[in-house]
Amino acid sequence: MLALIPLFPFLGFLVNAAIGRRLSKTVSGGLASLVMIASFAVSAVTVWNLAALPVDHRAITETLYTWIASDPITIDVAFRVDPLSAVMILVVTGIGALIHVYSTAYMHDESDGEFARYFSYLNLFAAFMLVLVLGSNMLVMFVGWEGVGLCSYLLIGFWFRKKSASDAGKKAFIVNRVGDYAFVLGMLLLAVAYNTVDFQHLASEIAPLAPEAAFGPLSLAALLLFVGATGKSAQIPLYVWLPDAMEGPTPVSALIHAATMVTAGVYMIGRNAVLFSHAPVTMEVVAVVGAATALMAGTIGLVQNDIKRVLAYSTVSQLGYMFLAMGVGAFGAGIFHLYTHAFFKALLFLGSGAVIHALHGEQDIRHMGGLRKDLPVTYWTFLIGAIAIAGVPGLAGFFSKDEILFETFWTGHTALWVIGALTSLLTATYMFRLVFLTFHGERRAAAAAPGHDHGADGHAHDAGAGHAHLHDAPPAMALVLVALAVGSVVAGYIGVPHAIGGRNALGAWLAPSFTVSAPAKAGALGAEERMAVEGHAIGAEAGAAEGGEGHGEAAGKTGTELTLMGVSSAIALIGIGLAFFFFVSTPSAADGVARSFPGLHRLLLNKYYVDEAYDAVLVQPIRVISQEGLWKGFDVKVIDGAVDGTGAMVSGWAWILRRTQTGSVRTYAGSLLLGVVLVLGYYLWR
Amino acid sequence: MTPIGHYLILSAILFAIGTAGVFFRRNLITILLSIEIMLNAVNLTFVAFGRQIGAVDGQVIVFFVMTVAAAEAAVGLAIVIALFRHRESLNPEAFTSLKW
Amino acid sequence: MLFYVFGGLAIVSALGVIGQRNPIYSVLALVLMFASLAGLYVVLDAPFTAVTQIIIYAGAIMVLFLFVVMLLNNPLEGHSPYDRSHPLRRTAAGRMGGVLAVMLVAELAWGLSRMVGAGAPVAGDVAAGAVVSSVREIGVKIFTDYRFAFEATSILILVAMIGAVVLARREEATR
Repeated sequence: MLALIPLFPFLGFLVNAAIGRRLSKTVSGGLASLVMIASFAVSAVTVWNLAALPVDHRAITETLYTWIASDPITIDVAFRVDPLSAVMILVVTGIGALIHVYSTAYMHDESDGEFARYFSYLNLFAAFMLVLVLGSNMLVMFVGWEGVGLCSYLLIGFWFRKKSASDAGKKAFIVNRVGDYAFVLGMLLLAVAYNTVDFQHLASEIAPLAPEAAFGPLSLAALLLFVGATGKSAQIPLYVWLPDAMEGPTPVSALIHAATMVTAGVYMIGRNAVLFSHAPVTMEVVAVVGAATALMAGTIGLVQNDIKRVLAYSTVSQLGYMFLAMGVGAFGAGIFHLYTHAFFKALLFLGSGAVIHALHGEQDIRHMGGLRKDLPVTYWTFLIGAIAIAGVPGLAGFFSKDEILFETFWTGHTALWVIGALTSLLTATYMFRLVFLTFHGERRAAAAAPGHDHGADGHAHDAGAGHAHLHDAPPAMALVLVALAVGSVVAGYIGVPHAIGGRNALGAWLAPSFTVSAPAKAGALGAEERMAVEGHAIGAEAGAAEGGEGHGEAAGKTGTELTLMGVSSAIALIGIGLAFFFFVSTPSAADGVARSFPGLHRLLLNKYYVDEAYDAVLVQPIRVISQEGLWKGFDVKVIDGAVDGTGAMVSGWAWILRRTQTGSVRTYAGSLLLGVVLVLGYYLWR
Repeated sequence: MTPIGHYLILSAILFAIGTAGVFFRRNLITILLSIEIMLNAVNLTFVAFGRQIGAVDGQVIVFFVMTVAAAEAAVGLAIVIALFRHRESLNPEAFTSLKW
Repeated sequence: MLFYVFGGLAIVSALGVIGQRNPIYSVLALVLMFASLAGLYVVLDAPFTAVTQIIIYAGAIMVLFLFVVMLLNNPLEGHSPYDRSHPLRRTAAGRMGGVLAVMLVAELAWGLSRMVGAGAPVAGDVAAGAVVSSVREIGVKIFTDYRFAFEATSILILVAMIGAVVLARREEATR
C-alpha cells in the first residue's frame, strides 16, 4: 500500500510523457492533479492507520524486493512510514496537489505539448520526492534525492529556449551534484562502518555509543551528509542555485523551491537524528551555518527588486532557521517550521505568480504598486502569508519560528539566538517592503520599450502604462491561494507550546522518530535511554515531562519562553513598522539610506558577489583547464594524435610495403630465389 | 671413376645457371628456355643417383619429367603467344597489371 | 674423362643460353646443351634416356620453341620502352641476382660436402650397369611400379594439348 503513494504520480508522469501531447489541457492537467489527490488520499489513510498504532511501534514498513545482496551488506527497496515521514508525505501530496491545480490555470497559455511536458515533470518530481521521504534506507532515499535534483533541473529549465533558464537549470544541477558527492561519501562511510544503510539499523547501531567529544568518524559522516544537505537545501556554501532557479515557472518555485525539495536536507537530518545527536561537533557546524545563512540571505533579500528573488532569498533564510533548529538538537522544531513554511511560502510564491500573471510578465517591484485595488484576492492572501512569515502571533509562522528561537536560547546558543532574532527583524522588514511596494501606493508603470524583458516567466509582454484592466487570479488559482491562506493561519495550532497552554501535539507526535524505536529492541530502551539518545531537548515538552525535570525548572523554562515570545512578537511588529516607514510614509527615506551607503547597497544588491567569486575561483579555472588543457592539449593532441597516428602509421607502412607489388614477374622470381636460398641455408645449417 | 659428388656439383651449377637466366633475361621465351635448363639439371641428378644405386628408377622418373616438361613447354608457349598478341612485347616488364 | 668434356660443354652452352641476345642463338645453344647431357647419360650407362632426351627435347620441344620464336618475330631485347623502368635493369640488381645464384651453388656444394658418400664412384658397381641400361627393365618398371604416374601423365599431356590449343587460338567472334 505504501508503494502506491509514489506510484500514482509516477503513473501520471508516464501517461503525460508518453501521450500527453495528444491530450487536451483539461485531460492532462486534470489527470496530473488527480493522481496527486489520489496519492494524498492514500497518504491520509496511511497516517490514520499509523496513528492507530501504539506510540512505541508507530511504523509501517513495506519491503518490495532485495536490491543489493552482497555480503556483508544487503540493501532492499523498502518504504517505511513513521511519524516523521507521515508529516512529510502529507505536506508533499497535499500542497503538491494544490499546486498542480494552480498550475492548470497558470500554465494555460502554453501549447498542449508543453503543458503536458510540464505536468509530466511535476508528477515525476512528486514521485521522486515521495520515494525520498518514504525510503527506509539511505540508498532508496538517495534515489529520490537524485531524482528530485533531476526534476528540478528539468523544471527550472522548462523554457529551455531561453538561455538564462537553461543556464539556471544547469547551475542548479551542477551545484546539487557537488553536494550529492558529499552525501554519497557520507553514506559509504556509514555503510562501511556498520554494514548497513538502513535507517533503523544504523540508529540501533549508533544509539548505544557515547556521543563523540571531538571530530570522529561519526562526525565526519554526519558532516558529509550535511554538505549534501547544503546543496539540496540551499545553505552556505551551495545556495547559489536557488535564486537563479526563479527562471522556472512560478508554481515550480512554489512546489520545489519552497515547500518540498529544498526541505529534503532538513528531513534527511531529522531522519538521521540519532547519528547527528552523536556528533556534537557537526551539530554545532550545522547550527552556525544555518544561522549564518539565514542572516546573509535576509540581508540580500532586503534590497532585491525582483519579486521572486526576494522570495527566493527568503526561502534560503527560512531554511537557515530550520537548520539552526536541527543543529541545536530541536529536531521537532525544525520539522515544525518546515511544515508551516511550506504553507506560507507556497502561498507567497503562488501569490506572486498571480501578480505576474495579471501583469503579463512584469516581475520588477519597482514597476508595481497599487495592486491591492485591482487584485483583492491576491492581495489579501498574500498579506496573510506575509504576516505569517513575519512571525506575528496567532498565525502559523509565529509558533514554529518562536520554538526554534526558544530552543536555541535554551540550549545556550545565545549568540545564535541574537542572529536569529536579527534575521527575524529582517524577515519582517523585507517581507513587508515587498507587500507595500507591490500592492500599496500608486502604480509605477514600467517606462518600457518592448525589448525590456523582465517577463522572465516567459510571458514576454510589455506591461505598459495605461494598462487599465487587470484581472485577478482565475478560479483555479484563487481557490488554491485561499486554501493555503487558511493553512497559514491554522496550521501552526498543532504545535502550540505548553508554555501558553497548548499540548504541542506535533512535537509529541514526532518525538519517537528521532530515537531508536525498533520493535525488536522494545525491551532495551526505557525512557531514560531515550532521553540520553535525544541529547538536547527535542522541543517536545512531553519529553521534558518524562525526563524528570523538576517543576521549578519547568516553570523557569516557561517563563523564559514567554519572555522570548514577547520579544519575537515585538521584533515582528518593529520590522513591519520599519517597512511601513521606509516604503509607505516616507518613500524617499529608503533611497536616502541607499544613497548614504552606496557601497553597502551595491554589495547587497550584488549578493555579496558570491556568484562572481565562485566564477573566478572555480568556474573559470575549470573551464580553462578543460578547454586548453584537457581538450586542446590532451584530447586533440594525445588521443586524436594516437588514433590519427595509428592510421598514419598504417598508411606509411602500407606505402612502403606496397613497393613489393611491382607487377613484374622478375621481381617475384627474385623473391622466390631469395627465399629458396634462405630456407636452404637454414636447413643446411642445422 | 668419377665420384657421384662431381655429377651433383655439375647439376647444381647448371641449376644455378638456369635460375640466373630466369632472373636476368627480359625475353619470355628465353625465360622458358632457362626453365628447361633447370629441369635438365635435375634429370642429370636423377640419372646419376639411379646409376649409383643400381636401379632404373632414376631413369623412369626422368622419363616422366621429360614428359611433363614437354607439356609444360607447350602450354607455356601458348601463353606467351597469347600475351604477345595482347601487348606486342615479350618483355616481362610489359605485364604489370598486378602493380599496386 | 668423358665426364669433364661433356660437363664442360654443358656448362658453356648453358651460359650461352642465358647470355645470348638473340633468342634463336639461345635456342640453338640449348640444343647443344641437350646433346652434351645426352652424352653424359651415355657415360652413365643410360642410353635409353639419352636417346629419349634427344628425341623429345632436341627434336620436339626445341623445334616448337624455334617455331614460336620465328612466329613472334620479336625485336631484340633492350629496345622495348619497358626496359627503362624497372630497377632490376640496373647493375646493382643484376649483381644481386648473380650473387644469389652463386650463393645457391655454394649452399648446394656445402650441403654436398657434408653428405656422406659423396666421394663414392658413381659407376662403381659394374654389374649394375647392365641392369640400368636395360630398356626392358625400364619398361617393366614403368608399367608396374609407376603405372599410376604413367596414366596420370598421359592425362596431363591431354590437358596440356587442349590448353595449348585454346590459349593460342585467335580471339574470334567475341571481339
